[in-house]
Amino acid sequence: MADIYLDNNATTRVDDAVVQAMLPFFTEQYGNPSSMHGFGDKVGRAMKQARSQVQALLGAAHDSEIVFTSCGTESNSTAILSALKAHPERREIITTTVEHPAVLTLCQHLEQDECYTVHYLKVDRQGRLDLDQYRALLSPRVAVVSVMWANNETGTLFPVREMAELAHSAGVLFHTDAVQAAGKIPLDLKSTAIDMLSLSGHKLHAPKGVGVLYLRRGVRYRPLLRGGHQERGRRAGTENAAGIVGLGVAAELALHYMEQENTVVRRLRDKLEQGIIAQVPNCFVTGDPANRLPNTANIAFEYIEGEAILLLLNKAGIAASSGSACTSGSLEPSHVMRAMDIPYTAAHGTVRFSFSRYNTAEEVTRVIAAVPPIVAQLRKLSPYWDGKSNGPVRDPQQAFAPSYA
Amino acid sequence: MWEYSDKVKEHFFNPRNAGAVEAANATGEVGSISCGDALRLTLKVDPQTDTILDAGFQTFGCGSAIASSSALTEMVKGMTLEQALTISNQDIADYLDGLPAEKMHCSVMGREALAAAIADYRGEEWHDDHEEGALICKCFGIDAAMIEQTVRANDLRSIEEVTNYTKAGGGCATCHEGIEKVLAGIWGNEPAPGPVLAEVVPCGGLTNLQRIRRIEQVLESLRPTLQRDHGDVELVDVDGNVIYVNLVGACTGCMMAGATLGGIQQQLIEALGEFVRVVPASEMKRVATGGR
Repeated sequence: MADIYLDNNATTRVDDAVVQAMLPFFTEQYGNPSSMHGFGDKVGRAMKQARSQVQALLGAAHDSEIVFTSCGTESNSTAILSALKAHPERREIITTTVEHPAVLTLCQHLEQDECYTVHYLKVDRQGRLDLDQYRALLSPRVAVVSVMWANNETGTLFPVREMAELAHSAGVLFHTDAVQAAGKIPLDLKSTAIDMLSLSGHKLHAPKGVGVLYLRRGVRYRPLLRGGHQERGRRAGTENAAGIVGLGVAAELALHYMEQENTVVRRLRDKLEQGIIAQVPNCFVTGDPANRLPNTANIAFEYIEGEAILLLLNKAGIAASSGSACTSGSLEPSHVMRAMDIPYTAAHGTVRFSFSRYNTAEEVTRVIAAVPPIVAQLRKLSPYWDGKSNGPVRDPQQAFAPSYA
Repeated sequence: MWEYSDKVKEHFFNPRNAGAVEAANATGEVGSISCGDALRLTLKVDPQTDTILDAGFQTFGCGSAIASSSALTEMVKGMTLEQALTISNQDIADYLDGLPAEKMHCSVMGREALAAAIADYRGEEWHDDHEEGALICKCFGIDAAMIEQTVRANDLRSIEEVTNYTKAGGGCATCHEGIEKVLAGIWGNEPAPGPVLAEVVPCGGLTNLQRIRRIEQVLESLRPTLQRDHGDVELVDVDGNVIYVNLVGACTGCMMAGATLGGIQQQLIEALGEFVRVVPASEMKRVATGGR
């Protein structure tokens, strides 16, 4: 039996059509798009097409608003640092406690080493923001707001359209990290007040190593990489032509499959989630189930640890990911789980199943069958679990209180 | 993904001695729920001989934590308490054919659970030797307090030294920035002891006067060395990035004059923060007229 891949928020398989479209750009169309000859010209035309394909996916007003980069992280860094450089007198940043490290670590660095004041918006137990807190923080001192469209761990959606409007009224630039949202939900940027947006190719069946920064026409901008006229001087460096062509095709496919993503894929996700919740005691869905990406399920299995779950799932041929400390090599569980105030005994046991259009109902059935015995096996080893009653020990925090906890 | 040895995998997939031992008379509970690893070790000890008759574990933790716990219980069965206390965390890791550097703390937890259980059996109170403080090196579980203490006690100035003394920073290297901050917190921006010429060149460069003064400072600091060899150096002129000097005394005609000029040039480049060329004053006309 083939292995089951349910880790599509980490990365996705490159679509066959994407690979086919890319291949000529390695061996035949290898010209530099800047060159004054036919080799370069053909590549330039292909990139132009890719730009309009991405424009269509994002619903951007102009294709010149699309700047190709190397990855989502580069797009995030470029957007935030550009906003700061363009407004040197503004010394505050607004973001959230649950951003991807690409934004969070950068903000922490700016706070510690560049003396910026960073406001981290808190979330409630369902991972939702308090917009009143946000409104109160908007001021002419703020250089940029950076808020993710969808959370990578729970899939929870933030009201970025509304938040961008509020920022706009306050005269503050708004950036959103849409790395998880792009390709999974309709974006239509031209109808929003969003100034900048980050996208990553490998999350939507394009290859790794290509990303996009959407830059609304007229937004003040300072490049991160200088040294060439590429991307209209907004991102120097010879273009990853094959990757860009691939991303263009992937964007067109994502648009084509958008409805399927929100119907067929959503149903698969729901079936898996309900199947597991029905059979495994002491587990719950994290995030905001009513308002999230169609492909993401994040389930906390109490009293056991995520890496152990992943190793056993992997042995059963199932790929997923976890917010536990051990999987990341850090000693703290996921900052997203901690921000939602999920207790440690559950936060370490969170498992994310993230789908793509390649997953099938048969796979879901297999995973629903595989998960309960794995959880039971690990709970047998857990000091918090009582094998006789097959439930957690009474008053778990009291019953097991290791030193230096 | 971690690279676990076959033995780690074996002990994780088929853990030995899982669960609490019946009629246990020694219990050790260590670990940290916030860190995601905690272990309860139960032992049945023969009071006549102080021999461990049975051992069992209950672990909340990752694959290597479960494997380390399983390995520990296998290792201690049949040992006397004295023998068991000689087991180090490295012994546990060795038993498993090694653990990834980032996972060594799992074996440390096993060693501590054993010490705690034996203390419990003997009616002693067990204290972990974890210092209070923010964890810096996650690979080896070294916190800020431990690093600070070692840095002060041994006058350590570099990350490399800190790693040699505490292991902190010797694994994945992601904490190097954190170690630098601890060092900066203790020593401030005080430069490491050793030959340091001048403060960092400010942004925007130096004025002509500041530049010439600095050149003179550097030459002044080098003169005692030259004078020891009965030589000397004097500044003649500065023209853009060319600095003309006269080597005098024993330096005149010395075979090492070229090397000496090279040395002076290096010191000046460092002090000025720009590239300069040091040229004997005798070359002045030729350079000026462009003749070579």
